[in-house]
Amino acid sequence: MVAQNATLRSKEEIKEKLRKPEVITGSEILLRSLVLEDVDCVFGYPGGAVLYIYDAMHGFSDFQHLLTRHEQGAIHAADGYARASGKVGVCIATSGPGATNLVTGIATAYMDSVPLVVITGNVATTLIGTDAFQEADITGITMPITKHSYLVRKAADLPRIIHEAFHIANTGRKGPVLIDIPKDVSAELTMFEPVTEVSIRGYNPTVQPNKLQVDKMIKAIQEAERPIVLAGGGVVYSGGHEELHEFIIKSGIPITTTLLGLGAFPSGEDLWLGMPGMHGTYTANTAIQSSDLLINIGARFDDRVTGKLKGFAPHAKIVHIDIDPAEIGKNVPTDIPIVGDVKTVLQIANKDVKYAAKADAWRAQLLASKQEKPYKYTDSEDELKPQWVIEMLYEESKGEAIVTTDVGQHQMWAAQFYKFNKPRSWVTSGGLGTMGFGFPSAIGAQMANPDRLVISINGDGGMQMCAQELAICAINNIPVKVVIINNQVLGMVRQWQELIYDNRYSHIDLSGSPDFVKLADAYGVKGFRASTKEEARAAWTEAMNHPGPAVVEFVVRKHENVYPMVTQGSTIDQMLMGDAE
Amino acid sequence: MKRHTIAVLVNDQPGVLQRVSGLFGRRGFNIESITVGTSEEAGLSRMVIVTTGDDNTLEQVIKQLYKLIDVIKVIDLSANPMVARELALIKVSAEPAARPEIMGVVETFRAAVVDIGTHSLMVQVVGDTEKIDAMVELMKPYGIRELSRTGVTAMTRGNAK
Repeated sequence: MVAQNATLRSKEEIKEKLRKPEVITGSEILLRSLVLEDVDCVFGYPGGAVLYIYDAMHGFSDFQHLLTRHEQGAIHAADGYARASGKVGVCIATSGPGATNLVTGIATAYMDSVPLVVITGNVATTLIGTDAFQEADITGITMPITKHSYLVRKAADLPRIIHEAFHIANTGRKGPVLIDIPKDVSAELTMFEPVTEVSIRGYNPTVQPNKLQVDKMIKAIQEAERPIVLAGGGVVYSGGHEELHEFIIKSGIPITTTLLGLGAFPSGEDLWLGMPGMHGTYTANTAIQSSDLLINIGARFDDRVTGKLKGFAPHAKIVHIDIDPAEIGKNVPTDIPIVGDVKTVLQIANKDVKYAAKADAWRAQLLASKQEKPYKYTDSEDELKPQWVIEMLYEESKGEAIVTTDVGQHQMWAAQFYKFNKPRSWVTSGGLGTMGFGFPSAIGAQMANPDRLVISINGDGGMQMCAQELAICAINNIPVKVVIINNQVLGMVRQWQELIYDNRYSHIDLSGSPDFVKLADAYGVKGFRASTKEEARAAWTEAMNHPGPAVVEFVVRKHENVYPMVTQGSTIDQMLMGDAE
Repeated sequence: MKRHTIAVLVNDQPGVLQRVSGLFGRRGFNIESITVGTSEEAGLSRMVIVTTGDDNTLEQVIKQLYKLIDVIKVIDLSANPMVARELALIKVSAEPAARPEIMGVVETFRAAVVDIGTHSLMVQVVGDTEKIDAMVELMKPYGIRELSRTGVTAMTRGNAK
């Protein structure tokens, strides 16, 4: 405690010192403002337009700066940091190509409502619009994929803009905010006066719900015979997982959590039906389809969840709780809309909600279905099965790890076979489906949680999109355990080509991939490879015993598919069951 | 498909028109016309947008607009009695012999001739979209050389709730 108090005091002391008004450059204002916003780690990459900012960072130690090997690595790391901590992730890039390299990461964060403050440099204000060297209209380019953006015109605006940006990013429906700072603004000297208040006219997210609407939901629960809760990432983002748990226990309503909602409700509990949608459980999907009351809590009825919209939950009265009014009625007509912060709404609902007594038969039916039709796969003694690998990782880590994934088959297997009991333990690109996200996001997650085990599960395809960030792990001794599920193909694409394109395998062969163990070694990271169960357990144990970062490549069966699967254009109860059939 | 007229009060910031029009484009909403000018309050601009779509589309348009930080207020003008006006300048071919006839049309429409050239007249007409359309139709036989319309600006009537 003594040490902790000392840290707290010193942090406050630093802030006190930084709050002192004085004439400094725009760059120094930026750094001070970041510290005052409680930023402790920034991911970035310097270049011409941010030289003043990086010059101000020389010898600056009030937050850590991690130099990634690509701007894409920086923004995915900032994203992983934000998802795993609930704080705002921050990254810095230069103008032009540096800024455009962030676009994929900004879109990823926007689709999944992740709070980021993205700082880009720009050419000097006198050069803007002249097609100057390394000029790109990054605010224009990113307008559709940011919650808001600023092009700073003078250094004096910086304290207000930075404070507003953090406020906008991490309130209401969260999202990325971009601040574009021209080079002369970062050099400009001005009087720095920190801003602590925020007043943005026209921006006032509705946190408190309309009580009458909540009452309507409570009444509907009493009348329902087949109610179900569909919970999404909004529960995690609002910090409302405990309230959700109380709501489910009090009401006894079965619950399904979306891909981004994994961890919002303990997966070990009876009422949890698994994930819904394209690769969801049989029980979750059929339950949605036959429900008479569907309570959507902080999910956005993504098409990967709903399947064919026209036949989605055809018998259900729909309740939709969301902080973003625009989500309500966007895809699915809503009977009881509740606009508000999920945590606040559930706190209010929990005062009145009663056990849904009419739903006893329904609960029993779903529990039986859940036991009868869990996720299944046919194990093999000859070949390593990817599902087995995930199960092994779950067992060995006792479900305590923060898991980040890339995108593809391994992502779905991780979602299916690693069981999550805590929020912010699951970091995955849901909305945009960004390959290359998995590994760098793990670096961010580890920076936010230095004491937790972080496992990054990747395919052999996605790993090659940001593998260069192994350097960051090695240099900074960031002990991420990188898993590569290597099936030598683009697995999900292969699966679709097999099932929907009549086995016409077009450009999916990744057999020219590098030797991942040697690749790890080249970066100074321990590498392991396993092709059998014995090797797999041994390699994993060694990797875990190694104090630093490690790469473990599991060479798995090539022709393995993710089941169940709902093909596009089908309703979600029309599932291909594969091995489980 | 209904036609809706909405007013959007926005911060007078660089790029705000791009934010609003871009949102319409990427969400697949139609813009029939868009006008922007200053409002009664310094620092705020008023946009008037005419769009088409069913009621659900209109609801989405309004909700999505409210997500933009620079949008202060969105008003569905066409939900109430409103006054909507558009201005058009029409440069029409007019040899001296044809002019009396054109002037007749102009007078009937309470429009005005605002410029006279050797071979043309410039007609200014103000009114709702239908009136402008009608005027344009009537001018077509004489030969329209140039046409410029402002798009609709509108307000709810003083006694409308």
